[in-house]
Parts: sequence; C-alpha cells; structure tokens
Amino acid sequence: MAATSELPPEFIVKIDYDRCRRCKRCVMNCSFGCMHFTDRVVPEHKLCVACQRCVTYCPEHAITVTKNELAYKENANWSPELRKNILKQAETGGILLVGMGNPRDYPILWDHLLIDACQVTNPSIDPLREPMELRTFLGRKPDRLEFVERDDGEIDLATEIEPQVRLDVPVIFGAMSYGAVSLNVHRSLVMAAARSGTLMNTGEGGLHRELYPYAGNVIVQVASGRFGVHSEYLNTSAMVEIKIGQGAKPGIGGHLPGEKVDEDISKTRMIPVGSDAISPAPHHDIYSIEDLSQLIYAIKEATDYEKPVSVKISAVHNVAAIASGIVRAGADVVTIDGFRGGTGAAPMVIRDNVGIPIELALAAVDQRLRDEGIRNNASIICAGGIRSSGDMAKAIALGADAVVIGTAALVAMGCRICQKCYTGNCAWGIATQRPELVRRLDPQVGSARLSNLLTAWSLELKEILGSLGVNSIESLRGSRERLRGVGLDSQTLELLGVKPAGVGQ
Amino acid sequence: MRGNCYIPSGCSVSGIMSESGRRQDGNAIIKSIALMHDRANGLGGGFAAYGIYPRRSDLYAFHMMFDDMAAKERCEEHFKDRFDIVLDEAMPTRPGGAYEEETSGRWGERGVQPIINPPVLWRYFMDVPEDKTKFVSDREYVVGEVMEINSTIDGAFVASSGKNMGAFKGVGYPEDIGVFYKLGEYKAYIWTAHGRFPTNTPGWWGGAHPFCLLDWSIVHNGEISSYGINKRYLEPFGYKLELRTDTEVVAYLFDLLVRRHKLSIELAAKVLASPFWDDIDRMPDRERRIATALRQVYGGALLNGPFSIILGHSRGMVGFNDRIKLRPMTCARKDDMLYMSSEESAIREISPDLDEVWSPRAGTPVIGELDEGVA
Ligand code: SF4
Ligand code: SF4
Repeated sequence: MAATSELPPEFIVKIDYDRCRRCKRCVMNCSFGCMHFTDRVVPEHKLCVACQRCVTYCPEHAITVTKNELAYKENANWSPELRKNILKQAETGGILLVGMGNPRDYPILWDHLLIDACQVTNPSIDPLREPMELRTFLGRKPDRLEFVERDDGEIDLATEIEPQVRLDVPVIFGAMSYGAVSLNVHRSLVMAAARSGTLMNTGEGGLHRELYPYAGNVIVQVASGRFGVHSEYLNTSAMVEIKIGQGAKPGIGGHLPGEKVDEDISKTRMIPVGSDAISPAPHHDIYSIEDLSQLIYAIKEATDYEKPVSVKISAVHNVAAIASGIVRAGADVVTIDGFRGGTGAAPMVIRDNVGIPIELALAAVDQRLRDEGIRNNASIICAGGIRSSGDMAKAIALGADAVVIGTAALVAMGCRICQKCYTGNCAWGIATQRPELVRRLDPQVGSARLSNLLTAWSLELKEILGSLGVNSIESLRGSRERLRGVGLDSQTLELLGVKPAGVGQ
Repeated sequence: MRGNCYIPSGCSVSGIMSESGRRQDGNAIIKSIALMHDRANGLGGGFAAYGIYPRRSDLYAFHMMFDDMAAKERCEEHFKDRFDIVLDEAMPTRPGGAYEEETSGRWGERGVQPIINPPVLWRYFMDVPEDKTKFVSDREYVVGEVMEINSTIDGAFVASSGKNMGAFKGVGYPEDIGVFYKLGEYKAYIWTAHGRFPTNTPGWWGGAHPFCLLDWSIVHNGEISSYGINKRYLEPFGYKLELRTDTEVVAYLFDLLVRRHKLSIELAAKVLASPFWDDIDRMPDRERRIATALRQVYGGALLNGPFSIILGHSRGMVGFNDRIKLRPMTCARKDDMLYMSSEESAIREISPDLDEVWSPRAGTPVIGELDEGVA
C-alpha cells in the first residue's frame, strides 16, 4: 500500500555522502526495505518509519532522519494527520491499524502531580545509610489476623493466609504475547524478572517450554482465545491472570496473522502452523460477573489454590464498580490497564478514543475498594502509561501495590516507539518473528538492560521514600496526602483524592 | 477555636507507672515534665492519669472541652438520649495557676506563664443505657459516640472517654497546665505527660496531647510521615480522623488492633513499628511466619517517620520508638516503678537513685503491666 500510495512520505532520510563510506550497513539493517544500494545508498523516503536502526548503526553518523515538514494550508480543524488518515482510508477502504499506545495529546495527569518531601520537623532518611524496603506481596489478604496459644505457651498464627507472590521491586513486566513479540523478548523478560525478583507476563500466547524453569517469575495469562492454555501451563507460574481487556483496545479482541505462526509459536499456542490466531472480543464463556467467578474458581481448582488469580481490565468509565465486582467474584489481584498502554496492533479509532486515563481509574478503584471495606482483599496493579520511576511513585501513592511496564521495557531493549509493531518488521528484533531480525536482540544483553532499568528505578524510588522520611513502601502506598496537584481542576483533584499544591496537610 | 490547619510539632514525653498499682499524686510527673521545659514552647501540654476515679470506676468519665456555654448545651442535648448521666460537674481548676518551682534554669527568658482563657471544661460520669448495646458492645458504642461528637457537634470536644482515667490538657507549658488542673490532688498508678512544641499557633486546647479514646491515651513526640495512609487505612473501620493531627491515628490504631482485632500489645507494637525484612528473614520459622503475616496484612498500619510514643491504658504503659529511632527515649526502673522519658534527666529529677536505666532499641517496645491480681 505505502509504496503505491499517493501520500507524501512522513519522514525524509538524508545521507551525507561526504561522510558515507558505502559500507551498506544501513541497507542490511533496515527491515522496512527503505535503503537501496545502486552505486551509493539511496533511501526510499516513503518506506521510512523512523525506527532509527540505520541512524544508530551507521559507523559514520552519515544518516539523519527528519520529519517531512510539508506545508499544509493552516486549518485548526483539519490537522495534517486527519487529512492523511482520510486519504489512506479512501485508498484502501480499511480500518487504520496502529501499534503502541495512544499518542494523542490527552492530559497526562502524572505530570500534574508532585511529591512531598521532609523539612525540619520530620527528618528525611538517607537511603545509602538506612534500610529502605520495597518488598511487596501480591494477593488476597485477610482483614485481620487471629492467633492461638500453643501448649508450650507460645502463640502461633491461626489465620491461614492465601497465596502471596513476593516482589523485590514493585514493577512487573507487562503482558506481551509470544507471537506479538519474539522469543528473545520473552527470554530477556523472564531472565530479568528472575534476576530482579519480579514477574513477567506471558500475554495470551502461552509460554515456550524452554522458559518453564522460570515458573516462579511468570504470570501466565488466560485470554479469550485460550491459546496455549493447559493444566501444566497454569501450574508453571507464580500467578495466573485472566485477561478481560487491554488498555489500548478495550472491548476489542486480537489477531495474530498466520504468517507469524511458525513451528515454535504453533506448538506454544497449540494451533496449526500458518493459521491465524484470533482472540474473540469477549470470552465466550464469560458474559457476566458470575461467569467470571466460575472461571476464577476453575483456575483455582486447576492450580490447587496455590496461586493468586488476577483479572485484568481496561480502564473504562465504570471501572471502579467493575473492579469491586471482580474482587467479590474471587480475584486476588486486579490489574487496571490505562488507555496509554501499548499494543502490538489495534484499530486507531479505538486506541485513540476509547478508555480513560489510568490515574483516574486507579484512584477510583482504590477508593471504591476502601469504601466497601475490601481493599485488603485484593492487590491493585496499575498498568498502561508508566514511563518513569516518578510515575511509579505517584501510582503507588494513589493506591497501586505495583505497576506494570510494557512499553518502557521494550524501549530498554531497543524499541524506538516507531509504532509499526503490527507489520512484523521490527528492526530491533522485538515485534517480529523474522529469524534474521529476532537474532538482533541478544537475551543476555536484553535482560541485563532490563535489570539495569529496574535497579535504576528501585534506587530512584528509594530516594523518593527517603526524601518523604519513610523507609518502607507500605508507607507510600495509598498515601495520597503526600501528593499535590498542579494545574488540575477541583473535580479532577477530588477524583484523585489529592489536594492542590500550596495547601498544607 | 479549633484550628483548621495541620500542625507538625516537636515535643517531650514522660511516663511513670507503679506496676504494683500504688497510686501517687501528680506532683512527681509535673516535676519531671517541667525539667524538659525547653522541649516545649508553651503552646500545649497535658497529662493522662489512671486510677483517679476509684469510686466511679464503673462509669465512663468524659472530660469535655466546650468553646462556650452554647456548645455545652448542644452537647448535653446530644448526651441526653444517648447516655445516663450519673454526675456532671465543672472540672476543678485553678484559673491563673502557674508552676512556681524553677527547674530548667531558663525562666529568666521564658518565665512562668499562668494559664489563661481556658475553654469551658466539664466532666461527665456516664453509663451506657442497656438498650443501646443490643447489637454492639458498650465500648464500641462509646467509640461511635466520641467520633460523632468530635465530628458533628460544633465547639465540643471529647478530651477523654475512659473509665477511672482522664486527660488534662491545654494550651500552655505542661507544668503550668498541671497546676491549673490541680493534679496534686489526684492519685494515679500511671501518669503520662507531654510538652508540646508545635511549629505554629493553633491556640486550640483540644489539639494538645494526650489523645485519648476509651482508656487509651497517647503522648507522642514526633511526626507520623505515614499519616496519609494510616488515616485511609483506619477510615473504612469507621474511625473519623477530624483533629488534623497525626497523633490521633496512633490511638485509633491501638484501639483497632488491640480492642477490636484482639492482638496483644506486643503484636500491635510489631505492626506499628515492624521489624525490617532483613531481620524477619533471619528469624526462626514461627516468628518469621508471624512477622511476615503481620506486615502483609497490616501494612497500612505501619507508622513511619520519627516518633517516640508512650501509650497508656488501664492495665499498663507501653513506650516505643520508630524503626530507626529518630526520637529519643530512655527507660528506667526502681522497685515497682517504671519510668519512660525523652531525657534521662527528667527521670533522675524525680528518682535520682535508679535500679536500672536503659535506652530501648529502635522499634522495640518497653511494656509495663500491672501485676496480676492488682485491680
Ligand atoms: S551505514 Fe552509514 S556509512 Fe554505511 S552505507 Fe549506510 S549511510 Fe553509508
Ligand atoms: S517494537 Fe519495534 S516495531 Fe514496535 S514500536 Fe518498537 S521498534 Fe517499532
């Protein structure tokens, strides 16, 4: 489509021929077929997606990629993007497909929240000298503990605690299915999760057998297509997640094209080689909250009540009531996925227009569960739109037990957020199954970079805790008193449960 | 009169207990807290005393503060249908009272500050009518009433609501407050005291320490940096945190953990100042299971930030610090007496010849209990 389209190129690739030494590295590296070599490198601008692979690997730094700054007649109503989208649809008659999360200019509330710090009356704590505790447990907790006195006069726990999953750092890798991403991505994620004491999430495509030894660091997902779900899979995990919705495309199923289903993926997903893997929009056995409860308990039966069960929903208007229902239906963890969460492929109209910001959804869910006195009964995981340790700290202060990073994890492995994941041509070996591209991501390197990111964020989180004068993550979790809003209207502040900056305690 | 702003504060605390239940008058505790004059700034002081109403020990003694007589009338109107008032009377006070004895050596600068402008101070000895406790215990009922009065009756504040105990507090230096309330005329087996150094001026008597609910009393030096989550943790259990001070969360947390969840004082202290994970990991099996479960389940109750706290209740007194001991506390024993104070000097001032003096480790509670058999 793109090559024959009348649309002007989005980017311009400029080669500095004075510097170029004709090594052809860019030609080999470009997985989108944009670079040709005749007697010198000739870029096909229309094919460039700005993934920056060539720019990164050109030994002479001879390549620059710039936006094609076409002049459009000014029109506040008709942005160039809208015009281009209409032209595309007029050419193809199709739904516009996109990858990655919502790129639109909706307010990012994280950037309107500020964190407190201690001065004089309560000392800040130096994380280099004093212990700083990030250990977090996911799972259903009782409201209270009971004890019995034993014959020898010592007390012992009488309350049986349901299974808990321990995290050493409150960051989990987001659900990205094998098929949507390469096996090397899964390898990198699982190795990093094991090294850093956290979890990766298989997404809906099953778990490759090679990764079974990492069971303790894996959340296995059960989605509407039930790909790769069998009893051994469910038990090869720290936690099981039922995926109801995804932030980038609430209410929409998924589609892995047959070309990507090779031998390994076919085995892992339990579908024939080359067949499309289509996940229906709803689970066809879940048409109500009672049905969800049945599936939760079916999974608990299958895993001997040894693993917490999470239910993941996208942040939609009624998210608080839905989350409360999910907890009452038996879920031990609720994962809320905001509308900035990434995706391998989604219809643009859904990605860009459906859902609500995760900040508001999280605040509403945490408050709702507290109002109903069931906050202890489930952990809350906040996904979709966490970009930095600052976002993480704010999410925890709003009430999250842990946060999820998907896009940030991919960026750590090389992703440049070019949004072409659905093409299968990812130049960084991430969202692709082409063997020559997959090879570009070395799991040793990928996992080391991911662990570095988690280490860096933990250190930063400890600095934040120290400046708040607390030495344990429990004292930040849900402590909205330590947040202030700037530039937010009073209704938003009220929904977030946060006071405006300038107001004291 | 009630301040609408939050006031962080520094402070001094002191506590005296006779484990054999011997009652002594309030002069010793006044002398002890007076020595730490410089740790307060005259904007708040107070005392809690246990065993002071032996002849009415089966009645709830409400120490009330009213902005004016109209507030008192509103409150009595409220009491009328909810309690059987056996006796009510003005709190005995000595208006303009001031502690005359020089201890700090600094009076030249700061001097005697007679207590002026007190609110209307009244005490009520009350019974809970039987028909009110069909569905809740009488203690639960009293907690609900205290919450309601403090949050809905304008100008009325419950300073304490326990049996055979009471809080005596106000704006001023603690030793002057003690004289104002004539504490020399009360006898108690536990006395705790507090001198306050708030960093701005509330001028509200209810804001002074101790904070009391039922027979719990808290005097607290420090600031609870985890106040935000502690408050949100308590709210679903029906506690109304109206006082805009972090100290009340400590009283309510003890009420929740010990009275309602039936944890022992030791376990409750482990929740509020929990051991570090590194230490938990090294514990023997049973202890580790318990400590882990306490942190998993009661994370919202963990107190963080600098504090030293003395908790009083009818059977004992508990002193403890934050997990890294950012505020001072010294303890001592002499015969049946247990002492706790921000400074050793404040103990030596009243009992120079001690059997034992020690500084408790961070996060480790020191627990004083009435001997068994002592009523
Ligand atoms: S990688 Fe750089 S130096 Fe090599 S051919 Fe391409 S532009 Fe020239
Ligand atoms: S995963 Fe690959 S294709 Fe997708 S945005 Fe990142 S770099 Fe582009």
